[in-house]
Amino acid sequence: MSLTLEQVRRIADLARLEMPDAEAEATRVKLNGIFSLIEQMQAVDTSGVEPMSHPQELSQRLREDRVSESDRRDDYQRIAPQTESGLYLVPKVIE
Amino acid sequence: MINASLTELRAALDARKISSVELAQLFLQRIERLNPTINAFITVDPALALANAREADARIARGEAGPLTGIPLAHKDLFCTEGMLTTCGSKMLANFVSPYDAHVVSQLKAAGAVLLGKTNMDEFAMGSSNENSHFGPVANPWDLTRVPGGSSGGSAAAVAARMVPIATGTDTGGSIRQPAAMCGITGIKPTYGAVSRYGMVAYASSLDQGGAFGRSAEDCALLLNGMVGLDEKDSTSFPGPSADESGLPVPSKDLGDLCRDLNKPLTGLRIGLPAEFFGPGMADDVRASIEAALEIYRSLGAQTVEVSLPNAQLAIPAYYVIAPAEASSNLSRFDGVRYGHRAAAYGDLDDMYRKSRAEGFGAEVKRRILVGTYVLSHGYYDAYYLQAQKLRRLIAEDFQRAFTACDVIAGPVSPTTAWGIGEKTADPVQMYLSDIYTIAVNLAGLPGLSHPCGFGNGTLPVGLQLIGDYFSEARLLNTAHRFQQVTDWHVRHPSMAA
Repeated sequence: MSLTLEQVRRIADLARLEMPDAEAEATRVKLNGIFSLIEQMQAVDTSGVEPMSHPQELSQRLREDRVSESDRRDDYQRIAPQTESGLYLVPKVIE
Repeated sequence: MINASLTELRAALDARKISSVELAQLFLQRIERLNPTINAFITVDPALALANAREADARIARGEAGPLTGIPLAHKDLFCTEGMLTTCGSKMLANFVSPYDAHVVSQLKAAGAVLLGKTNMDEFAMGSSNENSHFGPVANPWDLTRVPGGSSGGSAAAVAARMVPIATGTDTGGSIRQPAAMCGITGIKPTYGAVSRYGMVAYASSLDQGGAFGRSAEDCALLLNGMVGLDEKDSTSFPGPSADESGLPVPSKDLGDLCRDLNKPLTGLRIGLPAEFFGPGMADDVRASIEAALEIYRSLGAQTVEVSLPNAQLAIPAYYVIAPAEASSNLSRFDGVRYGHRAAAYGDLDDMYRKSRAEGFGAEVKRRILVGTYVLSHGYYDAYYLQAQKLRRLIAEDFQRAFTACDVIAGPVSPTTAWGIGEKTADPVQMYLSDIYTIAVNLAGLPGLSHPCGFGNGTLPVGLQLIGDYFSEARLLNTAHRFQQVTDWHVRHPSMAA
């Protein structure tokens, strides 16, 4: 397979990465190189093989439902780009 | 003193031959002198280090010292440290000061280890040469024109140059073992789940695993002892509950004291040699060192047996689906809202996301996000992600089959010694292929260790990889330790550490 420029722009869009036209073609070439490596997988017949999503056969631990974290809003907001009155500021979303 | 083992440092501290403050000063001076050329550290905090060293001295004076109390340490810069920068090698986090400590960081703090600083790395741990760092490449202490390996290149170079005795790292596809090999030190990636991932900036969560760098297997065992253990804040941390009777072993074991078996004789140890690891891809100088090391293992009473990992060559393609898929999801959190980089100028919210992410991430990180986004997108999931997960199963099963015939598996870590800075940056695929011998271990979740076993073409270190079954860290460390009792590769050091 080979990605088109259109597809590269579409993927960048899904990933919320600005992709200037000047970078799109170089990115396309590198991605196609990576996908030609990945395509080696398709030669293997894996019918009947159970997918392995994780190296552990592990169910989630359960714990008592109790408060374990203290309120550290100020600490967390100190590292934010923009806050006001305890809120994170972003450009206006709703007119 | 800079070449002393942890055991020797411990004895010197306990006998008051040196104080923890003096030890910290000694290594801080080396960092000050060497870091401008090696670039192994992104952040150094002498004031904090000396304050912690004074506390360690007080603890030693009270007779309450543990094995790591007063020992200088460095963390890979993706372990969150409260009050100190955690950049992950990225412009995205160049100003990020974590409001909390990673589990590993708090454990080693509690053990009294003295944190000197945070080490350079490939951005978000994506890379095999440490050239993908926003803070510039790291030089290999053995040859400053060459890479130290990656992604934990800063930690490996720092230990090799004796800027710090021990350091933490993480290994998602070889990022501890490969830089350890290229820098001539010892490194261990434990079984997936042995070290808590809480507070470790995530790359590929089903593969990421913290581990240890030291000059010897014994030093690694002592550091790893301080890192492992159950953490309720990481649901994949073990010992966990018995969960399932099918397939893979259930992580319910405690690793115990990892030093307990160090001196066990290797008589009767069966070392499996996978034919796939000894094919034509390996450089002649690497092969010669590996063969010579195997001969030493045989002289120690081990026997070598042929094993096969028939699906090993599929590890790289499967990894470059699974890891980018997980990365594209993990890195979606970087949106310029709660922390990290935000673009200076933008239009609406969506534009803010796009510009902040485009500015904050480097080229390799963007490529992996794009690959991951594509393989998870509608209509492609089965062909890529599901197929990769099926191959992952086949690869893991190969190892289990091999371990019916052997106790540990041995082979190279990297097909070549360290390459030149800039040599492989133009073609990402060439860089990916250098991880051919390390990646399968991460897909299976097994422990792997790298120890020095010679020098290729005279001057550049070669590492031997030991792979064990789940929870066999003590055996891997034992195997490497016995080797190091009869060889001196691990005590050789670059000229700057004379």
